[in-house]
This record gives sequence, structure tokens and C-alpha cells, in this order.
Amino acid sequence: MHIHFLDPFREGDSPVHSLDPRVKFILVVSFIFTTSLTPTGAWPVYLLLLSLVLSVEVGSGLGIGYVLKRALLALPFVLAAVPLVLTLPGDPLFTFTLGSLTVTITQPGVERFLSIAFKSWISVQAAILLASTTSFPDLLTAMRAVKIPSLLVSIFGLMWRYLFVLADEALRLLRARQARSGQTDRPGLKPGGSLSWRGRVAGGMAGSLFLRAFERSDRIYMAMVARGYDGEVRSTPLPALQPGSKLLLSASLLLFLVLLAAAILFWS
Amino acid sequence: MHHSIEVYNLSYKYPDGHQALSDVSLKIEPCEKVALVGPNGAGKSTLILHLIGILTGQGEVHAGGLPVVKENLSKVRARVGLVFQSPDDQLFSPTVYDDVAFGPLYQCLPPDEVRQRVDEALTTVGMSGYGQRVSHHLSVGEKKRIAIATVLSMQPEVLVLDEPTSGLDPRARRSLINLLHDLPLTMLVSTHDMHLVRELLPRMVIMDQGRIVADGSTEQLMEDEALLRSHGLEKP
Amino acid sequence: MLYAPTPMHIPDGFLSIPVSLVMWCISLVVIGVAVRRVGRELGERQVPLMGVLAAAIFAGQMLNFTVAGGTSGHLMGAAIATILLGPWAAVLVLTTVVGVQALIFQDGGLVALGANIFNMGVVGVAVSYFVYQTVRKIAGGRTWGIFAGGFLAAWFSIVIASLAVALELALSGTSPANIAIPTMAGIHALIGIGEGLITLGALSFIYASRRDLLTSGQSNTANNLSVWVGGLVIAISLAVLAPLASAQPDGLEWVAEQRGFLDLAQNPVFNIIPDYVFPGISNEALATIIAGIIGALLVFSVAVGLAYARRRS
Repeated sequence: MHIHFLDPFREGDSPVHSLDPRVKFILVVSFIFTTSLTPTGAWPVYLLLLSLVLSVEVGSGLGIGYVLKRALLALPFVLAAVPLVLTLPGDPLFTFTLGSLTVTITQPGVERFLSIAFKSWISVQAAILLASTTSFPDLLTAMRAVKIPSLLVSIFGLMWRYLFVLADEALRLLRARQARSGQTDRPGLKPGGSLSWRGRVAGGMAGSLFLRAFERSDRIYMAMVARGYDGEVRSTPLPALQPGSKLLLSASLLLFLVLLAAAILFWS
Repeated sequence: MHHSIEVYNLSYKYPDGHQALSDVSLKIEPCEKVALVGPNGAGKSTLILHLIGILTGQGEVHAGGLPVVKENLSKVRARVGLVFQSPDDQLFSPTVYDDVAFGPLYQCLPPDEVRQRVDEALTTVGMSGYGQRVSHHLSVGEKKRIAIATVLSMQPEVLVLDEPTSGLDPRARRSLINLLHDLPLTMLVSTHDMHLVRELLPRMVIMDQGRIVADGSTEQLMEDEALLRSHGLEKP
Repeated sequence: MLYAPTPMHIPDGFLSIPVSLVMWCISLVVIGVAVRRVGRELGERQVPLMGVLAAAIFAGQMLNFTVAGGTSGHLMGAAIATILLGPWAAVLVLTTVVGVQALIFQDGGLVALGANIFNMGVVGVAVSYFVYQTVRKIAGGRTWGIFAGGFLAAWFSIVIASLAVALELALSGTSPANIAIPTMAGIHALIGIGEGLITLGALSFIYASRRDLLTSGQSNTANNLSVWVGGLVIAISLAVLAPLASAQPDGLEWVAEQRGFLDLAQNPVFNIIPDYVFPGISNEALATIIAGIIGALLVFSVAVGLAYARRRS
């Protein structure tokens, strides 16, 4: 009964897995940045960006299917952009009437919507690649390298360590509640209790979780003090970047820049 | 009268690929008190979770006279009370009363009846008067008894317990064993406590690596030391 | 999968770069201040306490309850974190929660992370603090102040944060303001009730078991006057801006119109390339086809190269 399947990191020995995590982090963020900056309707550039992501997916040994399945998660938010199809002014694609309303779907609207959806889809895949090929300790290294304050990095680390423990506890709370959520044979009684009662019960479970977290943090603090902790977070210095990694980094950033420049020149 | 629990050829594989149960079959009659023993990882907890449909595998499960399928889950959970190993995960309400009342409240029983059931359940476990106490401040033994009360208030036919005596000091353990002894319910107890098995549970089912490897009278099986040892058990 | 994205975490691709960058700047400043403040107030206990509580909030978001049919309500956590830890520590805790959600679970984008941290960690926390402290002051220290304050802080934190999300989407031209704002506000007015109930339940439990955690020094307004004021300002500005903006069909166009940018946006940089090279096929379509072919070749060659490398080893 463990939530180990919550961790997206998949072990592997592909070149993507063994790439320096700092380089991976910067590349993924730059890639997403580049994608976001690419103007609406620059379909050839979108396709090239997609093929870049797909190549890395293939190269990582994760399998394109795995990444695409997880990428579907971002889909629901796309609904937020759907209204654009109707409201952005421009050449109408087709019109139809709903009762007394005339509804026009415009070409620029559809193009903008599809661009947003596509860019978002590509970005999510890049993020999935990062999370699936980089272990969390390596991600912490990457965070330190981009100068995130060490206090914050330590909080990330402790959070990750106890995330699975607490998620396990939350799962057991949920199961305990499930086990007591029964229905009598008596006719006419619909089970469930009132909405407000259910909400407060869920809150009680959360409160119980928080309380145990508080007390657990006391014990962790004592263990840290027993090993010499004095409030300051110290960590080993980061090794220098390999020349191969530096080359990959510069080449990729250059590629992104070129793609972006081309997109802006021809499509904005 | 129906069997209390029937399991036919149950198999279950966890999402990470681990085959937890392989072709498990079991029948428990009303009023039987049965022990479920075996090493850690044998699949005891997994089997228990199937009895009230928290997990679903291949094969058939009937509990409390009903097939354990989606439409019946609510009813099954009212008939089969499951007490988990860690009381902290079951006592999630501010007061003891709230926790014991959860089951009846969920069933939307009238308030008077809820109160009556809570009082009865607390009395049965020897914790009457604890209604307004905060479960967080109680000892492990007291919490374990309250956890049983939270399930008794639903007036189940069958009581399934996962490691009821783990973590208890001898006094609390003795008091829990007496409590279980006096309960007139069908009982399935998953445990490592072989003394408890010998004292309380006349029938023993041994599980190992997802299968049932022995099922019979506790007295007889306890004599077979080789069998016990080969499945990580020790004669008490 | 026990974890599912929520309607408040904005993915990448939905916010314009200017909006993302501004949000990042604000968030980074607030985080910087929080790091310094937390150092002074909590001392050495800070790291384990915040780390484990961040894990608890994250895990706590799994604790749902059925609202109706298949939908369920669950926790965001800004209000409960603020009440338990005080505003500055809550900012850090929520930053880590939102950060891990984005980085590991892709719930929310990475470039959009600045905005998400702002919405949940800054707006959520500041508004919670303001509402909670105000209600407790009104209650004059009586117990009901904690529970009413908690419920209202939770509700307002969700609703005001959702207004921030909607405005960011509108300013980016992703969602027309007159649809996004009312929709977000409406949905989150309901979700906020769920957050309120869960926060209330959590406070009841904690009040019953460890009252000291709720009545300790964090509730000292004097220490955190800036946060209280900040919360007030944020809440009022968003509550005022939102209805104003929602009267305009397209937030971006409205802003653009105000500055005469609309004219500038129309002219492409190069106009000299004719629209087509082959009769019947526009340049754009040709470019797309070529890009597709190049892309497919790229993926194919990586796959082949990988297979070849594997066979050799």
C-alpha cells in the first residue's frame, strides 16, 4: 500500500538520463520559454519544436506513448481558451444560430486557439521529460545551480522526503473513511450525510494530517540537532560543467534562438 | 443463512506489477473466528482490502451475503466492519464521539439512534464516558479500542481486524483480547501474534506469497512446526 | 492516478511572456522578503517545520469529499497554511507546493510558475491573512472568531486568487475577459465553499487537539502589518479591476487600444516574400510541409541511431 507510483522518475541509462541535470533544467525552461514566445500561427516552427521534443522522448527510452499519455493531463485547461474561437474578430469561418443568438467562429480565433493548445501541449511534454529523466536529488542540484536560495532548496528536499510518507497516511485516512461509508438496508435512507458535514469530515482528516506533520517535524528537528544542525543549511559545492554538456547547452540555446528569430520574422 | 465471507479464485496485481494475490479461495461461516497469518508481504492486508471492495481483483468476493461489486459496496461496508492497523488513520474527527458517530451519521440515521449506537459501541469496548475526549491525546491501547468502536457503531455482522495487538503493552493487549473474546461476531483477524491466535481463534489460515498454503484447525496446524517455520512463523 | 490538475494552475502557453515575466518578478521579490523574514521569526526550527507542512498540504490536497455526482471538493491550502504558520512562512510553503506540482507533476507550467506562485502563494496568503485577522479582531478574541475567520479566509483566498488568474489570462489575450472573469469567479465561489469547509474542519480538529498551535504569536497583527495592508489592497484592487475588465471583450485589445498599439501590431517585419512559390500552394503551407518532413526525419534518425547504438553494446 505505497504511493511509489506517484513519483514520475523512471530509471534509465539513456543519454538524456545521464545528462547533467543543470543543463537539462536550463534547456527545458528555455525550450518552454521559446515555445511561449513563438507567435500565433507559426506552424512550421511549431512542428520543428514538436519534432525536437519527440526526438528527445525517443532518445530517452521513455517511449512517446508514455509521455503523450501524461501530456493529456494539461488538456482540461484548454477549455479556458475556447471562447477565443468565437470572440476574436476576423474572417468568419462559419456562422450558426442558437435560438436568437448568431454565433460566428472566426479564422483568427481558431488559429489562436489551436496555437495556444499546441504550444501548451509541446511545453508539457518538455516538462514531463525533465521530471521523468531526472531524479529529485538531481533536480535539487539544478535548483541550487540556478541560485534558488538554499533555505528554499532544503524545504523542497524535506518536502519531497516526507511527501510519500504523508501521502501514504492520507491514502490510509481515505480508506478508513471508505470502510465506514456504508448504507443500511433500511429503505428510504440515502447515505452520505449533508454536504457541509462531509466537508468538515474531510477537514478533520486534513487537520489530523497537519497535526501529525507538526509533531513529526519536531522529531525531525531533534534528529537534525542531534547530528549537529544549527539552523544554517550547508551543502557540498557543485562540480564544474563538463565541456560536452557546455557544448550541448550552447548549441541548443542557439538553435532555440534561431527558431524563435525565424518565427518572429515571418509570422508576427 | 449465508456465509459471512466467500472468496473464489481471487487474484490481484498492484499497478507497479507486483502480484499480491494468486488464486485465493476462502469461506468463512457465521460466528467463526478465523486467524489470517503469514509473513509480511504475504498478501494478508491486500486480501482484507478486497473484502469491502477497496481493491478489486479478478475472481469473486462475497461479504455479508452480498457480492462485492460496485452497486453493493455501501451495503457491504455496513455489514463488514474493517478495523485498520494504525488507529491514527481511523480517528480523524475532533472528538471520540464524532469518530464513533461517523458510520451511523453517514447512513443518515436519526440523531437519537446515532447517540444510542455510539453509547452502545463505546460501552462494548469499555470506553464509555470517553465521548468528549480528544482521540489525539489517548494512549495507543485506548485508540485501538475506540477504532473498534467506530466500526461497531455500524452494527456489522463481520469484524475484520488488521494487527489488533501490534504496538500494545501487555496490559492493553490483555484487555483487547478479552474484548474480542466477548464479541459475538464473525471475526477474521490478520496478525503476527501467535499467542492471540492460539487463545482466541480456533481456525487458522496461513498465507505466503499471495497464496493460501494452509487452512485448518489452529490446534492441529500449531503442532506442525516445520510448516510454521517454512512460512516465517513460530510456534508460540 | 491519485493526482489531478486543478482549475487554478495555469499551464505553459496560456500566458503571454510580458505577463509571465511581471508575475515572476513580483513573486521573486515576495519570496526574497519571505526568506529573510522567516529567518528572523522562526529560527532554526524553520526547515523541518515548513518542509513537512508543505508535504502535509500537498498530501492534504488528496483528501477530497463528494460534492455532487462525480465532482469533488478539495484543498488548496493557502488559508490553513497562513493560519498555522503566519504569512511569510506560508508564502514559502506554498511556493514549494506549487513548485513541486509544476516541476514534478506538470500541474501548472514552468514559465507560468511565477504567476501560479503569485496567485496561490502571494494573493492566497495575503488575502487569507487579512480576512482572518480582521474577523478575529471583530470577534474580540472569542473562539468563534477562529472558525468564522478560517472559513471566510479560505473562501476569499480562493475567489480572489481566481480573479487574479482570470485577469492574467485576459491580459495575455488567451481568454476574453468578459467570459473568463465571471466564469472563474462563479466556479471558484463554489469551490471556495469546499475550501472553507475543509479549512473549518481542519481548524476544529487542531483546536480540539493542540489549541496552542492556533493561539500562539503568529496572530500578532503588529508584526505583519504590511501583510495585512497588502492583503487588503490586493483584495480590493482585484475585486474592482475584475468587473471593470470583464466589461471589455478582449482584455488585451482593450489595453492595446488604450496605448495605440493596435496599429503597430498589424505590420509584419518583412513583406517582400510573395505569397506563393508554386501555383496553388501558399508559401506558408509549403514551409509547414517542409518543416514536417525535417521534423519527421529528425525523430526517425534519433530512433535509428539509438537502436544502432543499443545493438552495438
